[in-house]
Amino acid sequence: MSRRRVVVTGMGTTNPVGGDVQSTWEALVAGRSGIRRLPEDFFPDLPVQIAGTAAVDPADVLDRVKARRLDRSAQLAMVAALEAWADAGLAETEGVVDQERLGVAVASGIGGVTTLLANYDTLLEKGPRRVSPIAVPMLMPNAPAANIGLHIGARAGVHTPVSACASGNEGVALAVDQIRLGRADVMVAGGTEAAIHALPMAAFAQMMALSKTGSEPGGDPTTVSRPWDTARDGFVLGEGAGILVLEELEHAQARGARIYAEVLGAGITNDAHDIAQPDPEGRGGTRAIQRALDDAGISPGDIAHVNAHATSTPQGDVAEGLMIHATLGKYADEVVVTSTKSMTGHLLGGAGALESIATILAIHHRLAPPTINLDNLDAAVELDIPTTARELRGGDIAALNNSFGFGGANVAVAFGSL
Amino acid sequence: MATTEEIRTELADIVNEVTGIPAGDVQLEKSFTDDLDVDSLSMVEVVVAAEEKFSVRIPDDQVKNLKTVGDAVSYIEKAQAA
Repeated sequence: MSRRRVVVTGMGTTNPVGGDVQSTWEALVAGRSGIRRLPEDFFPDLPVQIAGTAAVDPADVLDRVKARRLDRSAQLAMVAALEAWADAGLAETEGVVDQERLGVAVASGIGGVTTLLANYDTLLEKGPRRVSPIAVPMLMPNAPAANIGLHIGARAGVHTPVSACASGNEGVALAVDQIRLGRADVMVAGGTEAAIHALPMAAFAQMMALSKTGSEPGGDPTTVSRPWDTARDGFVLGEGAGILVLEELEHAQARGARIYAEVLGAGITNDAHDIAQPDPEGRGGTRAIQRALDDAGISPGDIAHVNAHATSTPQGDVAEGLMIHATLGKYADEVVVTSTKSMTGHLLGGAGALESIATILAIHHRLAPPTINLDNLDAAVELDIPTTARELRGGDIAALNNSFGFGGANVAVAFGSL
Repeated sequence: MATTEEIRTELADIVNEVTGIPAGDVQLEKSFTDDLDVDSLSMVEVVVAAEEKFSVRIPDDQVKNLKTVGDAVSYIEKAQAA
């Protein structure tokens, strides 16, 4: 029996550069940054005063009563899921998808951290009687996936993979498996994060992971996320969600769905090197990319584009260049490599999902978004990284989306034109 | 002292904030569960917000006796008078 094929039939996102797919794509292609200075009263003592806050407040988009029962991470995921579901042509069509064959895999790196911390503040200030009775279903990490599942009536598995900054990509990879294994015909997949709060920001700053540049008075927040540039010194925290509707090919064809791209394959590996530091030689990531190529049944010459994880950290960006060379060989010089994090910042558990959408649209439109703020390419990086949008070649092409997370997680997903 | 109608109005605003039910529907004779469809967790939210608003204590074992909006309003009136 031949393997079930998985295609992308819907997309939705809300993130620092746009409140939907269309505005996001326009911003990415134009090279517009979504990094801003935080309000003055946010937390003045923090060494970092910039972040990629969502371009559109999700609480303004959702029904008021629904919104107040959701942590911000679930609000963002719900906004993106509603867009993706409608984009797939499924919002008004009861019964087109068998609910028993409909699943969800929506990841989060941290879960409902702002709800947790707000309730802790309430506990200390007003006592246990004032803690919200819905704090638990709001803060649990599977709340975004569960709320999406509730809304669309998903009765197959509803999953929440957690692998730090690789979570969103793992959501996509896990969903592909569910369809291939015959456990579902349609999966709503992706990731979300809303961790722009003083505590996680202080913690990331203490790890020396966040850039402290651009936070000074008069500093320019839009130039701080600068993957592969010699002046990069850490990532910029972003928030948002990306959601895909993934569907078994024949199921999509039978209902006449628009197909953006095929998910050709995925590779998941672990470094077993360090809990927070990336393997300096990028061996785990190399194996993930190799597995994705093998799983997809494609060769290095098929890859036209890579949406890199590249977060703007000194070590990680260089290691990813090594991975691309180790896996693509002589073709490494021919692929167009992009870090959309230069514009969106790092969405943690939402990153891989948002970047899946950027990768799919790059294939769909044959256009790779630029990497901004790349003034001086690090000499240790030998890649073709355009600073303005670049056309991709015609014919059958494939593209890779890479994500790596604390703990040593590596996830690569290969998409192909169809 | 707040009047019965003042308490009902403020309680109706809380119910609306928590559940989205129009405040005008929150009348004294209405049952929280049967008429207004307030689920148990929402009821706890309403009680917690009402305690803060009216500076009263509504113990958990009393909440089950508050079947109608009128029950809740009289409980709050008595608790404020106590």
